[in-house]
Amino acid sequence: MSGHSERTPEPSLVPSAPLLRVIPVGSYAGRARTLVLRSALAYRRAWLAFVSGFFEPVFYLLAMGQGLGSLVGQLPGPDGAPLGYAAFIAPGLLAASAMNGAVFDSTYNVFFKLKYSKLYDAMLATPLGPVDIALGEIGWALLRGGLYSAGFLAVMGAFGLLTSPWAVLALPAALLVALAFGAVGMAATSFMRSWQDFDLIQLAIMPMFLFATTFFPLEVYPRPVQLLVECLPLFHAVELMRGLTTGAVSAGLWAHVAYLVVMAVLGGVVAIRRLGTLLLR
Amino acid sequence: MTGAAMVRATGLTKRFGGLEAVRGIELDVAPGEVFGFLGPNGAGKSSAMRMIACVSPRSSGSLRVLGLDPDVDGPAIRARIGVVPQQDNLDAELSVRQNLEVYGRYFGLSRARVRRRAAELLEFAQLTDRAESPVEQLSGGMKRRLTIARSLVNDPELLLLDEPTTGLDPQARHLLWDRLYRLKQRGVTQLITTHYMDEAEQLCDRLVVMDGGVISAEGSPGELIARYCTREVVELRFAPDASRPGAEAFAGVAERVEELPDRWLLYAADGEAVLGAVHRSGVRPRASLVRRATLEDVFLRLTGRSLAD
Repeated sequence: MSGHSERTPEPSLVPSAPLLRVIPVGSYAGRARTLVLRSALAYRRAWLAFVSGFFEPVFYLLAMGQGLGSLVGQLPGPDGAPLGYAAFIAPGLLAASAMNGAVFDSTYNVFFKLKYSKLYDAMLATPLGPVDIALGEIGWALLRGGLYSAGFLAVMGAFGLLTSPWAVLALPAALLVALAFGAVGMAATSFMRSWQDFDLIQLAIMPMFLFATTFFPLEVYPRPVQLLVECLPLFHAVELMRGLTTGAVSAGLWAHVAYLVVMAVLGGVVAIRRLGTLLLR
Repeated sequence: MTGAAMVRATGLTKRFGGLEAVRGIELDVAPGEVFGFLGPNGAGKSSAMRMIACVSPRSSGSLRVLGLDPDVDGPAIRARIGVVPQQDNLDAELSVRQNLEVYGRYFGLSRARVRRRAAELLEFAQLTDRAESPVEQLSGGMKRRLTIARSLVNDPELLLLDEPTTGLDPQARHLLWDRLYRLKQRGVTQLITTHYMDEAEQLCDRLVVMDGGVISAEGSPGELIARYCTREVVELRFAPDASRPGAEAFAGVAERVEELPDRWLLYAADGEAVLGAVHRSGVRPRASLVRRATLEDVFLRLTGRSLAD
């Protein structure tokens, strides 16, 4: 967001060469950054939303990790070594908060701008195209998610829950989680007809938050249910995060990364194409 | 009006599924011209404007805006035009000044440039003292002025205004007209859709009347009145219960007559002469009025008096 350049095309936020092949020409002006700037200005007035977004996972950590954790004692970690309950759920909460932030931004906020404030229509009267809008909005969701995650990681550090140097990778992992959920959330929003449809999103998010190994290990379930849980995106986010913060790093983590990358790309392509169809009628 | 046309369309068509909103229109807008689209709701004016604004791909026909093809050079065209949409879509989360500055950034203008430009435009729109207000606190007229100011942030060569004064009070409308006239003086080409005939007469050098997706007439306001109407109109009002004369009472005195629920309209070159003849024939209206024909008479003649939707 430096102000030194006049009209220089910037490098896109996401390496988008394969993406652009399925996108119509003229839908990217290379100025997604200006949308991030716009969001930053708009949120100066809504700093309270920022603060509450930071404290939500911290409260969960205190209530469940310290409170409930004193009853639960220790659980087997990803590599089988025993792990305190707070250290077990903290990476899960980090993944879930990255998901929640990205989903909120890319569903409710995007729907409002799309259908009510007509903000995107105003943007399309400028050289900006649907790709700028999608990248700009997802970019902002990432920036915001990144700030929350950094804050939560600091809290985890203060509680002594970061025991491995691999934990430095938890921040980029949180950004990947936010990217994947933000892209899919935006794609889903482009199919929403009214606010009622958003109950479907709650119906998907809430059970995932509770059951995708955020609060207890996969081994608790019978095998058929385990297979089901392993399909959920939040499961992969939680397992990736838990491997990194506890130092139980194995090649298996790449499978989680791959799942999230595929999710981000598919969601992104669908979101951009649908935005084009909705706005450029 | 040759190669330098700001907008040129031939056979321009827009279909939404089975509905044909614009059905093969021809347009040729010269630099510096203020060009009007008149028509009832649903006539296809806004669809035509959206195609010209490069936010709605045409279904068929050819279209050149600033000499470029919107299908290929949409962003390049949009960089050089300004758009005032029918409904204000200002950024409600930003202040008045931020609305202008951020919009300028979408055009790739530098920070210093948009700051300067915002100050000029606030002055132009008489909003300098409201610069730091949130947009929601502005009146309808102020929002409209801000939307027009915003559309000028990139110094556009062509300005598209979709019903710029709908819903405004007379003071706000006159202020806007004054601003649009100043832009015309500076050579900014303008395309305006409206269904206010006085607005079209005030602002437009040339206009087209659209109805049902086609252009039904084209010319300057004066030409259209001369072609589709008479110079003057006599209005004869009758009390609702009184027995009213039939059309035969006016046979031969006017070029054309029209009956409305409470009155007769007589179209003629010399209204006073017609009124004299009417009185001599013994017809006694409750009130009478001789006035010049307006674009509204032309419009109603071309598009009919029944509601479009």
